Amino acid sequence: MTAIAERSPGPPVTAPEVTMATALNQALADALTEDETVLVFGEDVGPLGGVFRVTDGLAARFGDTRVFDTPLAESGIVGTAIGMAMNGLRPVVEMQFDAFAYPAFEQITSHLAKLRNRTRGRVALPVVIRIPYGGGIGGVEHHCDSSEAYYAHTAGLRVVTPATPGDAYMLLRQAIECPDPVIFLEPKRRYWSKQATVLDHAGTNPKTLDRAIVRRPGSDVTLIAYGGTLGTALEAADAAEEEGRSLEVIDLRSLSPFDDETVTASVRRTGRAIVVHEASRFCGYGAEVAARLSEQCFHYLEAPVLRVAGFDIPYPPPHLEEYHLPSVDRILDAVDRLQWQETSPAVRAGG
Amino acid sequence: MVPRSRKPEELLPTGAPLTLVDADGRAVPSAGLAMPGDEALLALHRKMVLARRFDTQATALTRQGRLAVYPSARGQEAGEVGAVLALRPQDWLFPTYRDTMAVVCRGADPVEVLSLLRGDWHCGYDPYEYRVAPQCTPLATNTLHAVGVAHAAKLKGEDAVALVMLGDGATSEGDTHAALNFAAVWQAPVVFFVQNNGYAISVPLSKQTAAPSLAHKGVGYGVPGMLVDGNDAAAVYAAVRRAVASGAEGGGPTLIEALTYRIEAHTNADDATRYRDQAEVEGWLARDPLARIRKHLIARGLLDEPAVAALEAEAEAEAAALRQRINTGIAHDPADLFRHVYAEQTPDLRWQQQELSAELAAAADDPEVAR
Repeated sequence: MTAIAERSPGPPVTAPEVTMATALNQALADALTEDETVLVFGEDVGPLGGVFRVTDGLAARFGDTRVFDTPLAESGIVGTAIGMAMNGLRPVVEMQFDAFAYPAFEQITSHLAKLRNRTRGRVALPVVIRIPYGGGIGGVEHHCDSSEAYYAHTAGLRVVTPATPGDAYMLLRQAIECPDPVIFLEPKRRYWSKQATVLDHAGTNPKTLDRAIVRRPGSDVTLIAYGGTLGTALEAADAAEEEGRSLEVIDLRSLSPFDDETVTASVRRTGRAIVVHEASRFCGYGAEVAARLSEQCFHYLEAPVLRVAGFDIPYPPPHLEEYHLPSVDRILDAVDRLQWQETSPAVRAGG
Repeated sequence: MVPRSRKPEELLPTGAPLTLVDADGRAVPSAGLAMPGDEALLALHRKMVLARRFDTQATALTRQGRLAVYPSARGQEAGEVGAVLALRPQDWLFPTYRDTMAVVCRGADPVEVLSLLRGDWHCGYDPYEYRVAPQCTPLATNTLHAVGVAHAAKLKGEDAVALVMLGDGATSEGDTHAALNFAAVWQAPVVFFVQNNGYAISVPLSKQTAAPSLAHKGVGYGVPGMLVDGNDAAAVYAAVRRAVASGAEGGGPTLIEALTYRIEAHTNADDATRYRDQAEVEGWLARDPLARIRKHLIARGLLDEPAVAALEAEAEAEAAALRQRINTGIAHDPADLFRHVYAEQTPDLRWQQQELSAELAAAADDPEVAR
């Protein structure tokens, strides 16, 4: 076994517990403090502090020219952010919920993603679009979409999603410093998750923005998760351990670009892989992961790459969402279907 | 903050379009706008001659296959030139695909400006060099970019105004609504310059809006609207100057509707006879913006026939130079397609670029292909 990763919280005894929402708030505050070109704006992000309170207190602290409420129009928010970035500022804008970002889709895909290319690199657009996404919080319709595949499919965008408070802080700081536009997807159901960690990104490698991380080392199967499903994947790994199966859990963090190095190293070692996400299966992000693994790890694979994903249905209402979301049992069932009987001992020993 | 005290009547446009020089070249008394000075009028005329020759040359280049497509603005020279000359060097221009004349008038190299229409993948010129955004193809989206640039200028304490060009069709898009609203709430120094040329490709204005005029749309946002004769370069220039000055002095945005007409079809790929009569086109040809300012200048003794002839020779020489330069093909490097997608190339793009290079190298070595 190689490449044992930094496991998630390895807290020093003195580190305080913070939630993901607090970590994001701190990241915004620190970016606003360190870089006077950073602006935070969107709907209800001012005095209210955002519907999830991620921008709590920022308007009071930094003033309403740097942290402000806009008229209610998502296309307007992203379109004006593009203009502000053209004129030397670094806007960090909030879309209130995943499905409410769709009015901004044209601005994101036709302009934000493409202006650098259209101008041969002369116009850079360092814009961060924060989008609370995914379900698991009992939200009503249009409040629980997993929209990552739309953005990951668009050349010119980076798509990042943290799963822990520490990563939320570090990745948001790096996203704000990044010269490319970043779609920053915040898993709603992790907003209140806690971690004892020191929020600091000084000295971190900016490349972390491109890198996946092994959250739990294992030897039999690689579980590939991100955002809201990381917790479920880790729980499944704990349960599998009791049954004698060792599951490695990878947190992708960056959905675009994709960290082939970390993922393929793991899968070549374990020979089996499952992708876990909330989004619908058909043309979902897992399809890309499975395709890449079959292209790059074919001779190492002992079973097809499986997907544990949401159904191909509109996001269900609160009292039915538990049937839709990937669960520990569903992941363990998928583990059982990884053709254990068909593997010859010789191949396993050689793998 | 929002100047709620502004009365609706202060924001309404005039019922008739503001005109300084009528179709016969005569100055209109008490026009409600200040007549530009002699030098400004001569500059407008000169740039309109050059712009028209450029435009007809570009249309001709499509027929020779040198341009993939060209959306002509012939007949709209007063708007294209008048609006641009009214800007100061520090101001920003946000043009659409039909505003190639405006971009050239702003000083960009015509060959660079035509890059995209020649079939290249980029906009050619450096937006920061001329303070001209890339010509925008998706309708009305650039209105928001202009508001963002202008608001950023205001936040940074810069004295800069952004002028965004759009057409009558684009006023129906949601982004125009959002941009007028954002600009008004933020009091951003933006000039919304709408050239109402009567058609959105084939759809006439009557199917586009039921508003009394497009300039009337401003009042709902708290934005003053001005209706001007878009074939009167002097009026366009004076109106835009006033709007730029207002924005620079903290007066926020202005919406200007310039009434004009697209003489050519939407592009060389369009057939305008399917949706409009030749008689209508003839009627507008009789109201030609260039003839109008020329008559005015000649009547005032500011211009004479030899000067016009010299100017037309200059325009002809520029067109010849454009023909010559554009006839030398573009050296395309397919690898460039992968170079500017991100600040730093991603591993996928690096690999895909290598894959394409290998494919091209193999094709070059293949005797079948080489032959």
